[in-house]
Amino acid sequence: MTTKLKHLPLHLVAALLGAFVAVPLIYAVVGGFKDTAQLSTNPFGLPDPWRTGNYTEVLAAPEFWRQLGNSVFIALATTLLVVGVSALASFVLARFAFRGREAIFTLFAVGLMFPFAVAILPLFVLLRTFGLLDNPLGVILAQAAFGLPMTIIILRAFFRTIPNEVEEAATIDGCGPFGFFWRILLPMARPALATVSVLAIVGSWNNFMLPLVVFTDQQWWTIPLGVQQFQGQYASDTARILAYIVLAMVPALAFYAVAERHLVSGLTAGATKG
Amino acid sequence: MVKTAPGVLPALRVAAQRPPRARRGLTIALFLLPAVVLFALLVLAPILLAFYAGFFKWNGMGGLPQDFVGLDNYLRLFASEVFAGDLRNMGFLVLASLAVQLPLSLGIALLLNQRLRGRAGYRLLFFAPYVLSEAVTAVLFSMILAPDERGLANAILGAFGLSSTWFADTSTVMPALFLVMTWKYFGFHTLLYLAGRQSIPKELTEAAQIDGGTPWQVFRHVTLPLLGPTIRISVFLSVIGTVQLFDLVWIITGGGPSHASETMAVTMMEFGFKRLQIGYASAISVVMFVLSLVFALWYQRFVLRRDLEGATVNR
Repeated sequence: MTTKLKHLPLHLVAALLGAFVAVPLIYAVVGGFKDTAQLSTNPFGLPDPWRTGNYTEVLAAPEFWRQLGNSVFIALATTLLVVGVSALASFVLARFAFRGREAIFTLFAVGLMFPFAVAILPLFVLLRTFGLLDNPLGVILAQAAFGLPMTIIILRAFFRTIPNEVEEAATIDGCGPFGFFWRILLPMARPALATVSVLAIVGSWNNFMLPLVVFTDQQWWTIPLGVQQFQGQYASDTARILAYIVLAMVPALAFYAVAERHLVSGLTAGATKG
Repeated sequence: MVKTAPGVLPALRVAAQRPPRARRGLTIALFLLPAVVLFALLVLAPILLAFYAGFFKWNGMGGLPQDFVGLDNYLRLFASEVFAGDLRNMGFLVLASLAVQLPLSLGIALLLNQRLRGRAGYRLLFFAPYVLSEAVTAVLFSMILAPDERGLANAILGAFGLSSTWFADTSTVMPALFLVMTWKYFGFHTLLYLAGRQSIPKELTEAAQIDGGTPWQVFRHVTLPLLGPTIRISVFLSVIGTVQLFDLVWIITGGGPSHASETMAVTMMEFGFKRLQIGYASAISVVMFVLSLVFALWYQRFVLRRDLEGATVNR
């Protein structure tokens, strides 16, 4: 009883903060089932009647699915590119001794401090010169380039932990450097690859600034752009916007539920090594 | 390595190793090439170009900028009322984060480290906003914090006879933005602190308790010092993130009302993409870059270094 009482304030603080986080999310989910008149007369209560129209209309809109598809495609392509290119580079940066190695690694690592916003204007001009505006490749390449520092730092640290004996054994069995990299190192590094992939996917999924300047054509819009545009289009129809953002949240939250472990280990590793 | 006659060995070694060494060099170059090219072309080149363009009057058209204006863009920037406001807003958000958000995250992390019922659920919940995009967060809160009675927050406050103008008034817009940032980011910092706290060996806190330390003393003299590195990383990430804050502000307020919530990144995008003054906007991005860089270097030199000093003094 006494321990229960002692812990009461703790429970209270945790519950209050839990409410602070959860209430906006619950409000959005429940609000999507109301109409806008209900939202203003009855902000807290359950919908009466429950209206599924907001959700079904969004789900029936081809724009929503196109944005979802664009977001998925851009996230996967970015991840494949940044992880592949970084794995190659991290391999030689981790396991070969050569002059200038530390200088190259430091250059990549310093890139961690370059805020994306600093490069956005010249990046826009460059992408326009290469004809990559309104082209998903413009976003994919730039996101991959800015993802390199974090990915290389994490992968290199992991590649270094693999004992030399493994490499020697592979070499004796006739593996060249690429054979060792492809058939031994990468399979062994699966946890680290999962971690950096999850970071790259989340980063790409949530990116707003770059798609904003690259895509003027709605054809290529991603979810964050679509969400902003939808709010502008239906400014007074709050319930419909709530339904839209709830549906836009679902993939991110589902992904989080599946990949929580990798995301957490990636973020804490990135933070302690950055 | 076996010792043989000194004169013979080097020549032998060179002869034996030349082909593999050349191949080795080629391997290194080929593996590094894609990453170096991508990084040089899309990270380094744009940043250098931003520095260059900052000295020109340029609308971004037709090859490299031609109309050299020296330091004019910077002089105009430092004389600008809006830019001064950007710096004030950044200062406000940095101070508020350090004073409110970080202690809150630390407290929650220590709480979740206790045997609290449902702590796995809390951890999942607190961190969930971090995985949502700033765009979704921004749209959600522009409705929840709507200034009229339609917003959820004012409906709740209304029950106590209160209300706020939130994003609609120059005096409340920054605290309201800070509230949204806290909602989105305190879970991330909590996660960092939790990881840091869990890496502290149990023996240390237990020993302090056995020696008769009160919970506060154990926290103040054992846990807190050992969390030092984590706190410093968390502060660092918080400041760097605030310097380049963009998505939330752009979507919720666009920098308004009357520039009251504008950040450097918003001013830069405003001049860069809406008014096509790329030279002037580049000068803003250079200032952002220099601010981040100077802060990062200063922090590495004077704050992060203390971690190493502490280690040697304690020994």
